[in-house]
Order: sequence, then structure tokens, then C-alpha cells
Amino acid sequence: MGKTLAQKIFESHVVDKPFGEAWVLKLDRVFCHEITTPVAINDLVSRGMDTVFDPDKIKAVIDHVTPAKDSKTAEQGRVIRKWAERHAIKDFFDIGKNGVCHAIFPEKGFVRPGFTVIMGDSHTCTHGAFGAFAAGVGTTDLEVGILKGVCAFQYPGTIRFELDGKFPCGVTPKDAILSIIKMIGVNGATNKVMEFAGSAIDSMSMEGRMTMCNMAIEAGGTSGVCMPDAVTVDYLWKFIGPEGEGVYRTKEEALADFKKWHSDPDAQYDAVHKIDVSTLSPVATFGFKPDQVKTIKELAGTKVDQVYIGSCTNGRIEDLRQAAAVLKAKSVAPGVRGIVSPATPAVYQQAMEEGIIKIFMDAGFCVTNPTCGACLGMSNGVLADGEVCASTTNRNFFGRMGKGGTVHLMSPASAAATAIAGSICEA
Amino acid sequence: MNNFNGKVLFLDRSDINTDEIIPAKYLTEISKEALKPFCLEDLKVEGFNPKTDIAGKTAIVTRANFGCGSSREHAPWALEVNGITIVVAEGFARIFRQNMYNCGMIATELKAEEIDEVFKTFAGLETELSVDMAAGTLSFRAVKNGAVSEKKYSFKLGEFESALVSAGGWVAYAAANY
Repeated sequence: MGKTLAQKIFESHVVDKPFGEAWVLKLDRVFCHEITTPVAINDLVSRGMDTVFDPDKIKAVIDHVTPAKDSKTAEQGRVIRKWAERHAIKDFFDIGKNGVCHAIFPEKGFVRPGFTVIMGDSHTCTHGAFGAFAAGVGTTDLEVGILKGVCAFQYPGTIRFELDGKFPCGVTPKDAILSIIKMIGVNGATNKVMEFAGSAIDSMSMEGRMTMCNMAIEAGGTSGVCMPDAVTVDYLWKFIGPEGEGVYRTKEEALADFKKWHSDPDAQYDAVHKIDVSTLSPVATFGFKPDQVKTIKELAGTKVDQVYIGSCTNGRIEDLRQAAAVLKAKSVAPGVRGIVSPATPAVYQQAMEEGIIKIFMDAGFCVTNPTCGACLGMSNGVLADGEVCASTTNRNFFGRMGKGGTVHLMSPASAAATAIAGSICEA
Repeated sequence: MNNFNGKVLFLDRSDINTDEIIPAKYLTEISKEALKPFCLEDLKVEGFNPKTDIAGKTAIVTRANFGCGSSREHAPWALEVNGITIVVAEGFARIFRQNMYNCGMIATELKAEEIDEVFKTFAGLETELSVDMAAGTLSFRAVKNGAVSEKKYSFKLGEFESALVSAGGWVAYAAANY
């Protein structure tokens, strides 16, 4: 019987099967940020276990609240900063070099097909776009990951989503994943890996695949995953080719090696869903769960107070390009606050070079530094009670962006069109 | 090992998320104790008042997909510092469920119809839950107008989960074994 990609990764990384279905896996990467990691660090210190399993496999960033907004967030920054220094964690990204974790780590080439990745952040599933098994964990799992380089997971089943056809104009990967979450519900993939395949994924950029995998957790998925292919090789080439680590001499060689991280044709799935993306429409969430999804047309006219473009879901250059194409020579509607947070310094610089930042500013947007900021209501763009935001982020929980606030999740193009109209609007 | 016997808080809703258990704005706290007053502060469940209904409770009984959303272990911690060590639900989000066991707490499932029966029999009453780990049973008991209502249900922890509950968490287990 064939195996799924996730099964192959589990079998190649197993350290121990202490009890039944719980497998202890060796980790290739432990990612850290300043909100969940300092608690883990402080606990390890208090236990007299202040060591790290491998400083080269641990990568860290300050991204959720940066620059620090108060004494407490300044202290969180200091704890992780000193820890990175103490353990010679060279890939530590602080002010001036920092960006949203799930955007900056892929951009630095830290993820590879077949890797196991954990982080104290639920959207770690983003990194499955590279054909890795990547999962969000809590602080205790993070501590053990930092200390021992292992993490325990139940052996997961896989749900396969086959996306074929051509995206209609104005329909994006964000619309596809929101439509999938609507279809299976917010716990439709609990304890499962969501495997995205088919011709529509094959022709999708790495940015688009990351958007798809990012929101696997919103359907309860342990991880999202895409099969590594030539697009993956192209994205990683500067890191793995002769100009980088020199692991591969040619792209063909890299591709041949990456192909071992594919699901077999006779792999067993818990379910298979076939989706013709040519039938999809631009969509947005309503209510307070990510599976409450309607077409933008159905929600048209819903007034908004704020539009937020950014986050680990849609703050990459492709997202900013899509929004800028809609915003060009237009202005944000009176009474609407437009905020854009390029996800990383490289995205910010690229957006400046392409004139995208100017388009945003000319339209009346406020451009912030790269940060998670408004997405979870921690800084930079918190809503007041009763306010409504159109957002490219990943969660619409009640009060997520600020006590009493409502969030409508949508694509960057739809968010840009909404900013211009002042109410939910198709691009 | 934690105490799992005590009074029950009923939260009659599905999909209670981690932002509702503890909002992100409190994730700047660096001690568990500091989270205590903010647990479930924005939760909208009919008849629930976080200021009066959490104190003195040991268990939560709720519906489907409890703990969905963020990976923040602050969610189980916020329950723990309020004395809540066990959550009984139709189902849990994976990360939250694992976080509970990693902290030596219990997140256990009953069937939807069993949960429904518990709500119908006990919600609104001062209900005691007693947990027999060895026998794998959850016993609910309440008194209404002098009449005693009792219901007993089987629950099952995985071997690994039992080991974590007994060891007092994953750090101690992993430090000893890897």
C-alpha cells in the first residue's frame, strides 16, 4: 500500500513510539517568536535546563509586537534577544531585520521538503507549502523542542483536496481556502493533514500555496501540505544551488530528490475532495468563525471602518501587487482607515522598488513596519467596540482585532476594492 | 497529579476559541497567575458571567471543537490558575488538547448524545464531577428539590496521555527519556 507525504515524513523522523499512535519525531526546525517563546525560556531556566538542542536548527524572530509597545513587550523582547545571544542562535531577526514569522522564515530559505517543523504559533502549518510537516504547538511542546529537538504527534490521517481548472479573474488562493473551510467546517480536518494537489496547485506560486496551507488550522488541520515540484525548486534555488549551500548542482537534480517527498498514487486518504476552481467566486467571511463564508456579492454594501492588508496569510509581495493593482490612482473612501503591513523588510523594499508603496500611500493607506500587529489585536490597528474591518488575515473570532470588533476575512484584491468603496466590494 | 474532582461550569456552545478563553492582549503577561482575572472574559454564552461563574469550579462541560484557534498555552494556563483542571467536550482542537495533557490536565471526549444528556440533566444545577482515573469513569451528581440526579460515563485516555497526566507533564517525561 502506498503512503502519503505526511506518513513518509513521520516514518523518516521517528525517534520513539512510546505509546500507541503517539510518535516522537526528530525535528529539523524549531521556530520561535517573542510572545510564546519567552515563557518557555523562563521555564527552562527555572528548571535548570537552559540549553538548546542545536542552535543552527532554531530560528527566532520578534514579530508580534515590534517595536515594543510597552514595558511588558519590551521585556518579552529582551528575554528572547538575550537567549538567542546566550546560545549563539545566529538566525535571530530583530528590529530592522524582522518580519512576520511565517513570511520571513520561508523567505530566508529555512524550510525544505520532508522537514519537520514546529513553532509556538498555530499558523506554522504555512510551511507545509514546501512539502514539510509543519505544525503549531504550545509552550510545553516548544520547550521540549528547544531542549531535545523532538515533538510528539498522533500519527495523522490525510484529507486530499484536488484543485483543478483555472482561477477566474479576481479569484485567488485566499478565496479557494476560504471556500474549502466553508465546505468542511472549522473542525473538518481536526487531527488531519490537509493535502493540496491538482493542476490549480501545480500552477500556483509558492506565495499562493503558503496562503492555502496557512489557513489549514482554521479547519482544525494539523498541517497543510503541497507536493514539492519545480516551483518549489525555483523558490529555494538561491539557497540550495551553487550560489547557496551547493546541495544540488542542477535544478533537475534538486527536483529528482524532492520528488521522494510525494504521496504515492495508491496512498490511503481519509477523504478526497475534488474542486473545480473555475467555479469559485471571490468570498469573505461573515460572523465570527472562519467557516462562515459568503460570496463578496452577497456581502456587498457591508460598511467597514478599517481595511487591513498584511499578516502571515496575505502580506507577501504577490498580495501587495494584487491590492495595488486595484488601488492604483484611487483613494480610500472617506471615513475608512487603510493599513498595510508588508510582511518582511524584503517585501517592503520590493514594494518600494515596484512603486507599490507609493500607490498605497497615494490612496491614503498608512504603511506600517513588518509585524503581526493588528491581526490579533496586539498592536498597530486595534479596532474599537462595534467597529468593522475588512482584513486579509486568517481569523475572524469575535473581538480578535480588538474588544467588540468584527473582522471580515478576504483576499488582498477584495480588501483593496472594499477600501475604495467603503463597504465590502468585489475587485 | 492534579485534582480532577469538583464543581462543574457548563458552557453550552461549540467552537469556543482560544481568543475567548484568553484574549491575545494578555499574552504580554509572563506569569500564569497574572492571567487569572481575564479567563473567558469576553465569552458570549447565554447565562454565563465570568465574574461570578468561574470561581470554585474544577471542570468545564462544553460542546464541540473546544479550544480552536491559537496555539497559546495561555489558554489551559488561564483555566489552571482558576482551578479548572478538566474539560469534557464532544471534541477539541488538536493543539489545545495536547497543551492540556502537556500540562498534566485532562481534555476528554464524550459522545455528542452523552454531552447532550449531561446538559439536559445537570446544566443550571450545582453539579459535582468525580473522576475515577483507574476505572475510567466520570460521575456527575446534583441535587434538585431534594432529589438526587446521578449519571456515570466511561472515558478513555490514551496511554501517552495517561503517562503525561501521571508524570505531571511533557517536559519531565521528555527530559527523562530523550
